[in-house]
Amino acid sequence: MYGALWRVLPGPWWVRVLILLLLAAATLYALVTWVFPWVDTIVNVQEATVEE
Amino acid sequence: MTSDALRPRRRPRRGVSIIGVFGELLITAGLLVVLFLGWQVWWNDIVVGGQQATAAQELTEQWGPIEPAPSPDPSSEPQDYGDPVVSAVAAEHSGFATIYVPRFGADWQRVVGEGVDMSEVLNDTTLGVGHYEGTQMPGEVGNFAVAAHRQTHGGSFNQINQLAIGDPIYVATADGYYTYRYRSTEYVLPSGVGVLDPVPQVDNAQAGDRIITLTACNPLFSTAERIVAYGVMESWQPRSAGPPAEIAHFFSGAA
Repeated sequence: MYGALWRVLPGPWWVRVLILLLLAAATLYALVTWVFPWVDTIVNVQEATVEE
Repeated sequence: MTSDALRPRRRPRRGVSIIGVFGELLITAGLLVVLFLGWQVWWNDIVVGGQQATAAQELTEQWGPIEPAPSPDPSSEPQDYGDPVVSAVAAEHSGFATIYVPRFGADWQRVVGEGVDMSEVLNDTTLGVGHYEGTQMPGEVGNFAVAAHRQTHGGSFNQINQLAIGDPIYVATADGYYTYRYRSTEYVLPSGVGVLDPVPQVDNAQAGDRIITLTACNPLFSTAERIVAYGVMESWQPRSAGPPAEIAHFFSGAA
């Protein structure tokens, strides 16, 4: 999977590394901005109150 | 050494195997879970905590200009302003007070919202601390009970277990400043609603003290118990008298 990605990318090795870093940064941004807050609403297990 | 030996040896070309892809997917999933946990209990607490502190600052500015704190006069007795003014109960989910606990950090401040609804108050980036509906208001005889997360969503009461006897807990409203002193901690089950009684843990007792009760979950990374911190009101001063010296720096920028 990741090996295939590496082979598909163009250019010398440092260009590929650069592209991968950019991809990783974009993925992380999307996760923190949209995915994690959404997951948090589903798996909210933190309780702080007392109730009957 | 010949140049042939330096060349990487050609390995048999492996195709994309199903097991290989499956393994990489599992590694990716594991990485995502670790990233999410890091985000939830660390990074997001920093981000949301900052937003909640900013919201507290903005709320106090909405209450109008701040009287400058009176210059400390060591010869004068602490002034007695009589019985504290008790604000009317606020609309549900609206922020009506701010709370300051120097033990949680010199810059720690939060808005107290009406109600302890998870998504509307405790998880909100402009509130964070919730007032149990039906319990008393700041300065009122009885129990001003509030809840907040210990971790996640700003982790407002993260250091609730660090409180030491006599630590001040300041509450500010549009009417004035209420100074409580931390007195004791109790651990209860999540069903322990007795901590919200006007006299905590005493049924139908005639309240005489002005108590503040903070609740959060315990232990860390768990919701098995609740940690409950009690304080007793020591003094109050109207808004016109200016804020207590220890929290004056929160109000200095607004004048």
